[in-house]
Amino acid sequence: MKSFKDIYKNSENKIAGIAAAPGIVIGKVYLFTKEKLEISKAPITNSEEAIINFEEALRQSKKELNKIFGIAREKMDEVRAAIFEAQLMILDDPILLSNIEKRIKDEMIQPEFIVADEISKYQELMIISHESYMKERAHDIEDIKHRIIRNLQKKRWQSKIEKNLIVVSEALTPADTLLFSRSESLGFVTDHGGLTSHAAIISRSLNIPAVVGTHNASTLIKDGDTIIVDGFHGYIITNPTEVQLNFFTEKQKKLYEIQKGLEELKDQPAVTMDGKEVNLEANVDVTGEIDIVITSSAKGIGLYRSEQILNELGTFPDEEEQTVIYSKLASRIYPKFVTIRAFDIGGDKFRFSEYKEPNPFLGLRGIRFLLENESLFRTQIRAVLRSSENKNIKFMIPMISTLDEVWRTQKIIQECKSELKKEKIKFDNHIKIGIMVEVPSAAVMAKDYAEEIDFISIGTNDLIQYMMAVDRGNDLVSNLYQEFSPVIIRTIDHIVSAAKESKIPVSICGEMAADTLAIPLLVGLGLDSLSMSPGTILYAKRIIRGFEFKKAKTLAEECLQCKTEVEIQKKVKKFFDDNNISRTRNIL
Amino acid sequence: MIEKIVKIVNKAGLHTRPAATIVKLAAKYKSEFFIYRDGMSINGKSIIGVMTLAAEIGSELKLTFEGPDEQQACDEIVAYFERGFDEL
Repeated sequence: MKSFKDIYKNSENKIAGIAAAPGIVIGKVYLFTKEKLEISKAPITNSEEAIINFEEALRQSKKELNKIFGIAREKMDEVRAAIFEAQLMILDDPILLSNIEKRIKDEMIQPEFIVADEISKYQELMIISHESYMKERAHDIEDIKHRIIRNLQKKRWQSKIEKNLIVVSEALTPADTLLFSRSESLGFVTDHGGLTSHAAIISRSLNIPAVVGTHNASTLIKDGDTIIVDGFHGYIITNPTEVQLNFFTEKQKKLYEIQKGLEELKDQPAVTMDGKEVNLEANVDVTGEIDIVITSSAKGIGLYRSEQILNELGTFPDEEEQTVIYSKLASRIYPKFVTIRAFDIGGDKFRFSEYKEPNPFLGLRGIRFLLENESLFRTQIRAVLRSSENKNIKFMIPMISTLDEVWRTQKIIQECKSELKKEKIKFDNHIKIGIMVEVPSAAVMAKDYAEEIDFISIGTNDLIQYMMAVDRGNDLVSNLYQEFSPVIIRTIDHIVSAAKESKIPVSICGEMAADTLAIPLLVGLGLDSLSMSPGTILYAKRIIRGFEFKKAKTLAEECLQCKTEVEIQKKVKKFFDDNNISRTRNIL
Repeated sequence: MIEKIVKIVNKAGLHTRPAATIVKLAAKYKSEFFIYRDGMSINGKSIIGVMTLAAEIGSELKLTFEGPDEQQACDEIVAYFERGFDEL
């Protein structure tokens, strides 16, 4: 049987991108091109008629946007949906509209030219700004301009496409992605965008395979082509050969079978053959993913990345807005719990000062940033507390590297609690506060931290990066990013022992928890909980149900004696073979 | 006419939400309302105009109000700036 490597190695018809949402689809392409509108500068004879046309175009545009706004509110939450509200306001902008109408009368040329000319003036001002969010804003304005002009030209709004197609486009606006998802699109491929682009986030939350950031897929692929989208590896195969088609059809079948088999596990506990239960929890990026979490049989949300709200909004939500988001989250997941991680952002993501950090990963990140921006931190703490009335929220602090940071955080939380008591607002007075252990200094002192807090969550991505002093995005050294390095295994063991000694729960929420190969070892090391993307929970459950805790413990003990990553990997793989557990990796 | 200099004091600056609020506040008054920045003047009743202002924390803007209810308009809008768009 060929592997993915074999298939991709010699394929000249592959296009590489970023794997934004998992899954494999084979299907026909709908090439979505934002029609380049021909704008006529022709003279007109009747300005009154032109203005009536213009007003009709505005009405139509409003109708469209209201529809999108409605879908957005249904699929996303109120605050995120608000990006469309500003667009709607522009359609009512008295200054813009009166300028356009006046120019139509004065200049007697086609309204579409005047609309383009007037709106472009604003866009140019935005594009010359140094602020990166202004360029985003210019894109939003482009969307509105395009919409009005299309309606002036009475061109149809493409809100529906034929069902079951793969949408390929240069870029997809949030509006496009939402609309196409309603046409049961099979997959999304875009030239631009990264993992946090709207298209990526929405595809993940809707379970639609997607590959983004391909640079030029939309020029290489033609409408009606058959393509394969591999949302696991981030590749697209154009006009596949018979061999490729067979290969991926086979994979799809296997995937389907696994998923079908997995479905049956939904109501079964994640328990080893000798009765040790492991809590499988979900990592959540966007509110839209909660539906998937609820059906995934997760025990709760082990990691809610609150900074994603900023990514989507482009700005900081205030206390009220955060309270709405967190309360909704907590009530949707109730009686299960949600662990909200405080905003984990660095100076490079949201620029508040002129100072550009030379090394942001060693800079003002996580708790360091929050303590520097205390009023902002307080809005989040107050919002989290205000949403905790049903006692199913835990609060987690990222990037802790000194005990002092823990104490300062606790003091601020205490102050916020006193304020809320005075204001007679209800909250969970015993809300559990935990930390992420992801910096070596915190790992070494784990025992001292464990005495101060309610739980520990190990963030393996950063922990490995900082322990090994390696940037995994840097190809020159990424081979040193070793999940199974003895250093990492021993460090995890050290943290787990510290937590056990203080009798507090310890979980893992990095990508390592989702690496099916690592699961027996992590369970053997004594982790109580593993938090992963909701889509991988059932895969993990299948593995856990396939071995004995006793044996996993022995495996862990052996691995703790190893000196190299290779030795550990060998032992782990042998464990799978010895216990007859098939690894998903082999199939996918 | 009333003229006022205001300073942006919230962290995120004049982003979309405060821009929308300013425009909604201005719409309640008959008076003309302009925002000046770096030699550029923007009609404060225009959302698309206010959205073009990338005013980050620390930047100063000049506001002018002119009309029958200029004092009330000025009071309410300047107060909103001073409250850091209610984001402090």
